[in-house]
Amino acid sequence: MRRSARDTDESARHITRRALFMGGSMAAVAAILGARMRHMQVDQADQFRLLAEDNRISIRLIPPARGLIQDRNGKLIAGNEQNFRVVISREDAGDVEDVLEKLTEFLPISAEDQDRALKEAQRRSPLPIIVADRLSWEDVSKVAINAPALPGVTPEFGLSRIYPRDADFAHVVGYVGPVSENDLAKLETPDPLLQTPKFQIGKIGVETWMESDLRGRAGNRRVEVNVLGRIMRELSRQEGDAGADIRLTIDADVQNYAQARLGDESAAGIVMDVQTGDLVAIASAPSFDPNLFVRGISHRDYNALMENDHRPLANKSVQGAYPPGSTFKMVTALAALEAGVITASTSVNCPGHYEVGGRRFHCWRRGGHGRVSLERSLAESCDVYYYDIALKVGIDKIAEMGRKLGLGMRHDIPMSAITEGLMPNHAWKQERYNEVWRIGDTVNASIGQGYVLTSPLQLAVMTARLATGREIVPRLIHAIDGQVQPIPEATDLGLTPSHLRAVQEGMFAVHNTQRGTAYSTRIEERTMRVAGKTGTSQVRNISAAERARGVISNDQLPWNRRDHALYVGYAPHDAPRYAVSVVVEHGGGGGTAAAPIGRDLLLRALHDGIPPASAYPASQRNRIDAMHRDLNLRDPDSGTPGTSRA
Amino acid sequence: MSFLEYRLKTAPTGARKILHLNWALVLLLAAIASVGFLMLYSVAGGRIEVWSEPQMKRFAAGLVVMFFIAFVPIWFWRNMAGLAYALSLLLLLGVEFFGTVGMGAQRWIEIGPLRLQPSELTKITLVMLLAAYYDWLDIKKTSRPLWVLIPVALILLPVALVMGQPDLGTALLLLGGGAVVMFCAGVHWLYFAVVAGLGGGGVAAVLTSRGTEWQLLKDYQYRRIDTFLDPSQDPLGAGYHISQAKIALGSGGWTGRGFMQGTQSRLNFLPEKHTDFIFTTLAEEFGFIGGISLLILYVLVLAFCIASAIQNKDRFASLVTLGIAATFFFYFAVNMLMVMGLAPVVGVPLPLVSYGGSSMLVLLAAFGIAQSAHVHRPR
Repeated sequence: MRRSARDTDESARHITRRALFMGGSMAAVAAILGARMRHMQVDQADQFRLLAEDNRISIRLIPPARGLIQDRNGKLIAGNEQNFRVVISREDAGDVEDVLEKLTEFLPISAEDQDRALKEAQRRSPLPIIVADRLSWEDVSKVAINAPALPGVTPEFGLSRIYPRDADFAHVVGYVGPVSENDLAKLETPDPLLQTPKFQIGKIGVETWMESDLRGRAGNRRVEVNVLGRIMRELSRQEGDAGADIRLTIDADVQNYAQARLGDESAAGIVMDVQTGDLVAIASAPSFDPNLFVRGISHRDYNALMENDHRPLANKSVQGAYPPGSTFKMVTALAALEAGVITASTSVNCPGHYEVGGRRFHCWRRGGHGRVSLERSLAESCDVYYYDIALKVGIDKIAEMGRKLGLGMRHDIPMSAITEGLMPNHAWKQERYNEVWRIGDTVNASIGQGYVLTSPLQLAVMTARLATGREIVPRLIHAIDGQVQPIPEATDLGLTPSHLRAVQEGMFAVHNTQRGTAYSTRIEERTMRVAGKTGTSQVRNISAAERARGVISNDQLPWNRRDHALYVGYAPHDAPRYAVSVVVEHGGGGGTAAAPIGRDLLLRALHDGIPPASAYPASQRNRIDAMHRDLNLRDPDSGTPGTSRA
Repeated sequence: MSFLEYRLKTAPTGARKILHLNWALVLLLAAIASVGFLMLYSVAGGRIEVWSEPQMKRFAAGLVVMFFIAFVPIWFWRNMAGLAYALSLLLLLGVEFFGTVGMGAQRWIEIGPLRLQPSELTKITLVMLLAAYYDWLDIKKTSRPLWVLIPVALILLPVALVMGQPDLGTALLLLGGGAVVMFCAGVHWLYFAVVAGLGGGGVAAVLTSRGTEWQLLKDYQYRRIDTFLDPSQDPLGAGYHISQAKIALGSGGWTGRGFMQGTQSRLNFLPEKHTDFIFTTLAEEFGFIGGISLLILYVLVLAFCIASAIQNKDRFASLVTLGIAATFFFYFAVNMLMVMGLAPVVGVPLPLVSYGGSSMLVLLAAFGIAQSAHVHRPR
């Protein structure tokens, strides 16, 4: 449009004014922008820098190698093996399902594992998905070679627990397993290590009780991660400390012998050094392979273990509580001697039964033993003798003596579910059943029946204390991280030496007199002669009607109603070195089922090898030789001693 | 007046026009684009072919377009304004029906190999049409209500279409650019005061109505406002982008972490790191010095345009130059406010720096018109 010069000038003036105003406004906004930039980048720089570091740096834990468990000579009991596994990183894989399908061409992955991996892939987590665990080197190599066809798939290495002596130590050492919700809930401030995937902690036995020593300290590495949490590079690395190696007091070869000697019986056996309290073998049969649990036991295997009536999962040596039967008689005798109600030469007439409070209690020998001394009462295990002296001394003194000798109390060794047993007295029955203690209860308790319950561990401690007269305490940990653990000074029990000797002589007579209940399981070598005591404890009541028909022999009963066979002993009798206790569940007579095992364990420990035939009575040598040939023993040199972690 | 202009007092013709171009402005634009090439090279992890090289090619093509437009006399562009506006409206309608959905909104239309974003084009054509309108209008009628309503309608028409895509950022830029042309043309300031007042009142009403029975927005829309006001409330959701952008920007410090050393962008913590949020990478790697330098370059572009507009006696030429300057201003101001957490995330690129063809071409074409106005000004 044509304008006059005046209009044009006016327009220009207007525009100039407005343009300058607008320019000013824009400059103001620009100034605000500049000021804001300065505020954020200069004044708040440190704070934002920190946030950026937080973003980019992630601290990852390096799991430490778990401490080894070795026997007293350094033979490996629990070690670590390289574990190869294959993981998929979501970010690189893209379609996880597709990659997984390709992977199954190279690896045997069960449908169950595939489902689990796919489920894990749904979750938004930066951690790689573990698709296959415990692969062989060949499998891992196959994956590595085919890596180009498998985006996001990488082989990984980790350490996993292995028990090279499989079933031998399952009950002592226990096993490890992945951390469960339950484990975490139990801890107030869980070690962050526990959250790392596939981390293993002790579940039972020494593995769990010595967890704090075995676990070690995690190292860490600072890594730079991208927004998806994938590691781009490592910035720094601080190695952790491997867990402390632990040496047990157990001799792996004696343990192996004990475990093999118990065989298929449902039984427990303990060998203990009577001077130091060192537990040289703690066997419980049947056993199981702890490696099954580490790898994740199948339902079938687990059910088989659960349904077995010999209870392989139960650690009978410390968990089992059995009526001690006649092995308890030393306690009753010592209590009576110390109380002064009898002397070493007191004798009692045994007509085969004992009447008290209107009830008749029988001796195991229907016809009776006639006049029996203390020595004979032990050797031939006369019951009436003990009924008589127990009523004289009373249950409270007997129970006190039992505790003194290590019964009815929990011995503190790092194993699981250790039983306290039961050492009853007046107060206990009043409290437990709100009933008065009866004379009949004392009669039953005097021969280790009724309420009295003991574990094989307690019986071994009792035997060691009887052998030495000192307060021997069981000991399982020999050394931690090379530091030999101190052996506590065993104080004297304060028993009158002549009383103790009288009981010891009775125990010697059990093996070494013709009529002793364990005469057939004597040791021929003069230097190693053994003192002991057999026991047969009833697991059922014998009714009067049954008794009238004549007591049925064990062989005719179903297995689970037969008597428990027990044995305790120590050798050499004149300079004691080892004590043993053996319980064979439903084994029948202590002299026939338990004592032979006890003698073999003692000889094995004393000889530090398979005992020579000369140790045995001449008539038994062929049989013993055959038995030893048939024992399925581990080659004593197979366990690699020392430091190998593989 | 430059040395060249002093020597050539008369209106230039033919190839001599090249001497009359606003070369300072060209150099400024090239400098800004170069910052873009550098940052695109950096966010691509040191690879030029990913974003930097295509961007260079586009810039070169844009320069050719700019020179071409600059050589055509400004009166031609004034006469084309109506047609250009009508064409861009048609294209906007075309997007509505045939457009390609990208990033959750319909923005592109594909014509052969060309991928066009008509909303970008509308930014100049609207400014051109309004400038032409005020050039045609009798100055005395400028503030009469009827003659104010016409440009308002001309602005709201494309704004409504763009909002429907939905593209809030472009709508804001159109409103801003149009309003500035009206303001500079001399429309009475009371109109602006009233609109500003209504706008402020509206915001106040929206915010106070929350939780009452006459609540004006949906709950989720309020939550977006909350996120904008305090991104740390929702650090992994909607607030994530803005939190990460602020971290990148803030962690730059005075001099930055160094070229290609920005951890936020290199490790992908930054969203849209090569487009809308590229400024944060610049700020992270070159710090306050780098950020403020780019801001100064932008302000200089504005200053040169405003100076050129004031010198120009032609009403259309002045107004169109100011409108282009204003559009350019809104581009970088909204983008920077957004990445610094002072404005909600609306999706406006950083002009000439962010990766993207449409806005680069359209901006250079716009500066071509400003150059034409400068070259063909009455002397």
